[in-house]
Amino acid sequence: METLLIIIVGILGLIAIAQAVRVFELSAAVKGEDASSENVTDKDNRNQGILLLIFMIFMLGGFIAMIFGYSDVMLPVSASEHGVDIDNLWDISMWLIIVVFFITQPILFYFGYKFRGAKKKKAVYMEHNNRLEFIWTIVPAVVLAGLIIYGLATWSNIMNPVIGEGEEEPMVVEIYAKQFGWTARYSGSDNQLGYANVRMIGGTNTLGVDPDDANSLDDVITTELHLPVNRPVLFKFRSQDVIHSAYLPHFRVQMNCVPGTKTQFMFKPTMTTEEMRQDPDTQQKVANINEIRGERGDEAWQFDYVLLCNKICGSAHYNMQMKIVVESEEEYNKWMSEQKSFAELL
Amino acid sequence: MATHEAHDHHHEQSFIEKYVFSQDHKMIAKQFLITGMIMGIIGVAMSMLFRLQLAWPDKQFPILETLLGKWGADGTMDPNIYLALVTIHGTIMVFFVLTAGLSGTFSNLLIPLQIGARDMASGFINMLSYWFFFASSIVMVVSLFVENGPAAAGWTVYPPLSALPQAMPGSGLGMTLWLVSMSLFIVSSLLGALNYIVTVLNLRTKGMSMTRLPLTIWAFFVTAILGVLSFPVLFSAALLLIFDRSFGTSFYLSDIMVAGELLSNQGGSPVLFQHLFWFLGHPEVYIILLPALGITSEVISTNARKPIFGYRAMVGSILAIAFLSFIVWGHHMFVTGMNPFLGSVFTFTTLLIAIPSAVKAFNYITTLWKGNLRLTPAMLFSIGLVSTFITGGLTGLILGDSALDINVHDTYFVVAHFHIVMGLSAIFGMFAGVYHWFPKMFGRRMIKSLGYVHFWVTFITAYGVFFPMHFMGMAGLPRRYYTNTSFPMFDDLADINVMISIFAIVGGIAQVIFIFNFFYSAVRGKKASRNPWKSNTLEWTTPVEHIHGNWPGEIPEVHRWAYDYSKPGMEDDFVPQTVPIRENEVETGH
Repeated sequence: METLLIIIVGILGLIAIAQAVRVFELSAAVKGEDASSENVTDKDNRNQGILLLIFMIFMLGGFIAMIFGYSDVMLPVSASEHGVDIDNLWDISMWLIIVVFFITQPILFYFGYKFRGAKKKKAVYMEHNNRLEFIWTIVPAVVLAGLIIYGLATWSNIMNPVIGEGEEEPMVVEIYAKQFGWTARYSGSDNQLGYANVRMIGGTNTLGVDPDDANSLDDVITTELHLPVNRPVLFKFRSQDVIHSAYLPHFRVQMNCVPGTKTQFMFKPTMTTEEMRQDPDTQQKVANINEIRGERGDEAWQFDYVLLCNKICGSAHYNMQMKIVVESEEEYNKWMSEQKSFAELL
Repeated sequence: MATHEAHDHHHEQSFIEKYVFSQDHKMIAKQFLITGMIMGIIGVAMSMLFRLQLAWPDKQFPILETLLGKWGADGTMDPNIYLALVTIHGTIMVFFVLTAGLSGTFSNLLIPLQIGARDMASGFINMLSYWFFFASSIVMVVSLFVENGPAAAGWTVYPPLSALPQAMPGSGLGMTLWLVSMSLFIVSSLLGALNYIVTVLNLRTKGMSMTRLPLTIWAFFVTAILGVLSFPVLFSAALLLIFDRSFGTSFYLSDIMVAGELLSNQGGSPVLFQHLFWFLGHPEVYIILLPALGITSEVISTNARKPIFGYRAMVGSILAIAFLSFIVWGHHMFVTGMNPFLGSVFTFTTLLIAIPSAVKAFNYITTLWKGNLRLTPAMLFSIGLVSTFITGGLTGLILGDSALDINVHDTYFVVAHFHIVMGLSAIFGMFAGVYHWFPKMFGRRMIKSLGYVHFWVTFITAYGVFFPMHFMGMAGLPRRYYTNTSFPMFDDLADINVMISIFAIVGGIAQVIFIFNFFYSAVRGKKASRNPWKSNTLEWTTPVEHIHGNWPGEIPEVHRWAYDYSKPGMEDDFVPQTVPIRENEVETGH
């Protein structure tokens, strides 16, 4: 039914346009103009110039409206340490972009309006100006140099974290991907993951962990990811079949899981699930969402961190997820003590 | 000389020689354009279908069952066909419309005409280029109808997903046909590009030095060089993928168990494919964009009645962009787990591209300044291009920065970015080119008022579709999700999705205006005069009726650059390139 309606609306729209064009042409013909003449008339220039100006106002207005209107849908404050650095760099880059956008776009459209042509006007002959070219080469170059240096420093800190003396070793956790689900393997008390390979998959050993490797026995395999707050964690990623991407948007973490290779990402969660639920932005977002869900008759939603797949991986790619719980050390230890070790699993 | 030409012109051509297996660059240009338009209709229609799914995932649309058959049973779209639609939409728009349709059309039409050549260096190879493209298009369209559906691993066809038929239905015969089609496409692209390069280097008329070339030709020339250097690498990537799929090699495969089956492949790397793919893939972005920018330079200058501002800076920035495009491919791979140091290098080179891009944008804007703007539909599309080029280019500062890419990689932020900067800019350039050179192609004029309506509806809906996607990306929504209803955290995006889909459907349907205008005007449009836009370039010195060899007499000699618009001391506001420099006149611009 909707399809039909849409098609009808589309056809009516087209008919309306065609009629408008005919009316326009006829009225022009009455006035002695040839509306389809190959060269535009002064009137065309004026009309189109004004339209450019109107478009500019709506575009910039719409942009501002979206910034305010959609502020609720965006991700809340970062729940990881390095995420704060990313967000700072993001804000600086975004402000730069907005400023350039709000300078260049109005100039472009305003020029389109202001210098609209007329038969009696003549353009100024100006073919180059080396000083101007120099300015708009050097200024972007200097700005970019700053952005590049800041960006590279941030990137380097994230990808090559330095563990200082006396600081805690990161907790090693394997994130294992396959069509279409996630599994976590904790490295246990020795903080070392046992050797694993797809060729050892069999029976209850769904991750292909080597039972003969002494490091394997205390590994703990779970389908929910629990992390103690403020403790660095080193993720090791593996995939069983195709490329997946472990995406933890609230922590500003993403890394591909590539079959045949191990990838890694280290970070420190700084907000527990409970703390994030108390965050004002999160509460606003959850309230908005629950209003929408209420209208649809869906049950109310409570905020949870989530791990999503962000690399096309097959038919159920859109629903490949794992719940993440960040909690206090005690809560985490309690949860961990309830899990079975790999040795017990076998 | 004269007798030789007379012989050329009076050679009787059969229907097949003239319209089908033509070796005339003008006819081949039209063949590329019309094939590209047909592929474009398919590509845009697909996007409208998956926009239906994204906006109203819980509703049933009978039209889906009509069009998709078993994949749309009961009016509900199957997740596999959703992925196939986005894959083929991307493939068709990137390669078939914006590479072959854009470059194939305008390089073919304009290179001989604007440099003063009778035809391409090799008319025969040029014909082969089109027919390889045609065959490639046929294979791609045929792949839509195979049992398990067309390729569905995304237009980037990353293995192992694309290599393993067990991983998804689309990776069976559909993927094989995709690879066959792309191989044919690459052959077509290489044959075309070699011809363009040789023609520009060798067949310029007397006086047409490289620094007198219109910017269109510079853009097409550099584009062809990019294609020749990068497409073979994609060919090698495709070849190795064919080997992995069909002959049991392990270039991209290692340690895989899929659908309960343990594969024997060992030692390959899926990331290798990504390096090979993006070594073409990133230059490809500029293969698409540079011709559009070249067209815009010409259209803006002609219709502003002003020389393009900073001709040498424009040529320099084309060359700089082309060079840089070869050393930035890794910015597509920041989160593949490649060495973080490489990420740093690619961030550095990627952000550098902003400098020549900024130079181009500022030069366009300055060309408008104190011009006498003739706001034709072509001119409006060119202004639209500058707008989208800036908007989309700016978000490149975010995505090119490896640290920021971590959190928006593969989200809708990326979809917004590349559609605006590459998709919209290129398609606007293509529309500008069609409106501007239609009189040259068909000897007739398009209906101006329909052109205006087409521009405004397209421009508004295009921004309406892609601008809000930035915010969805900032909400963390991954691309290529069949529906986002599996995550309550995205429920508040439902309204945005509906709005985007309405814009997309209206914008898609509005293209009917263009298609009508195009075909109606080609047959019944009013006759065009020889130089309707009062332009300086050589193509407007040829007769309105196409003749083989382009000029009836000798090829005109060139005495000045292409941009002497509104030059002081001249009677008209344009001085064609064929007009000799007068006494006391200072030659400018080159």
